[in-house]
Amino acid sequence: MTEWIISILLLIGGSFVLIGSIGLVKMPDYFMRLHGPTKATTLGMASLLTAAMVFFSTSQDALSVKEILISIFLLLTAPISAYMMIKSAIHHKLDSIERTQGKDNIEDDV
Amino acid sequence: MLDTVILIVFAMIGLSLLLNVWRLLVGPSVPDRILALDTMYINSIALIILYGMNMGTELYFEAALLIAMLGFVSTVAVCKYLLRGDIIE
Amino acid sequence: MRLETRFKWLPTPITSTLLFLVWLLLNNSVSTGHIVLALILAITIPLITSPFRTKQPLIIKPVLAIRHLMLVLYDIITANVQVAILILGPTKKLTPGFVKVPLDLTHSMPITILASTVSLTPGTVSAEVYPWRECFVEGQKPQQRYLLIHVLNLTDEQELIKTIKQRYEAPLKEIFQC
Repeated sequence: MTEWIISILLLIGGSFVLIGSIGLVKMPDYFMRLHGPTKATTLGMASLLTAAMVFFSTSQDALSVKEILISIFLLLTAPISAYMMIKSAIHHKLDSIERTQGKDNIEDDV
Repeated sequence: MLDTVILIVFAMIGLSLLLNVWRLLVGPSVPDRILALDTMYINSIALIILYGMNMGTELYFEAALLIAMLGFVSTVAVCKYLLRGDIIE
Repeated sequence: MRLETRFKWLPTPITSTLLFLVWLLLNNSVSTGHIVLALILAITIPLITSPFRTKQPLIIKPVLAIRHLMLVLYDIITANVQVAILILGPTKKLTPGFVKVPLDLTHSMPITILASTVSLTPGTVSAEVYPWRECFVEGQKPQQRYLLIHVLNLTDEQELIKTIKQRYEAPLKEIFQC
């Protein structure tokens, strides 16, 4: 039973990580590429680490919860690194694709 | 069954690392390359955790935690360098 | 908005609880020795470091904060599935866009939390806060700030702004009372 839970969590995590990387390659401009790695990868990692938590808790007869630290850390830092990256992209005036709406909302930074 | 699943997930994460390397090599701009590196460190944490599960030891947890911290700090440092031309003002 | 706690020995309650939990999680044990050590660390580290830090607003309604956290965690899961579907679907149909959301919040710490939740929830990444610097003068009305967000698939701008303001900003306003 636990083997099934671990397997399903691992497969979900692996596919989310893969989807994040597919988004990184497939999307046409930088701002759209940013969406894949920041979101899909975060949930994928959380799912993988939950699988590892269940695995070590059952295989060693002692509760092992420290993997949750990495999940929390990634969950907290993902939006901040995304913000830093999008800020540097705006600073470098990277082009967004033609059909992007509301481009004039971007102000020049100092 | 679990061994097979772990191998499959190894393959998935290896594939996503390859996709990241492609973006790192092709990426038309510098922020693209930073994004690729940022995703790569997260994927390498997944790889290390999976390797620990494959070997049945928890020793690799500390390595994963260290990679998470250093990866975040280095992403922020490189972005800060791009923004200001300086890391610590 | 309140900056000072009632107890002098506990300047930042949240940092203290976080330190306590992280120490126990890192050692992966709940033995008496580790609990005592965690308590000592959780009280002394904020006491030593609080003179260097600028005072941040405190959470006034803890129960509401926990409920809001649960809501955000649930939203993160649904958001991830939505973004995964958008990524795997045809890229040509996506209509990305930049949206400016007017903020009611004024202090930078609630704004940081709002920007982080916006980044983690459906199809949006927060890009910038205008004006960037906090111009807060005592006794003067703080100026209106905006959050610039990038949306992966923009369908209805007003609807999106309304959702963000009601679902994520209003609870934050309530939690920090500002």
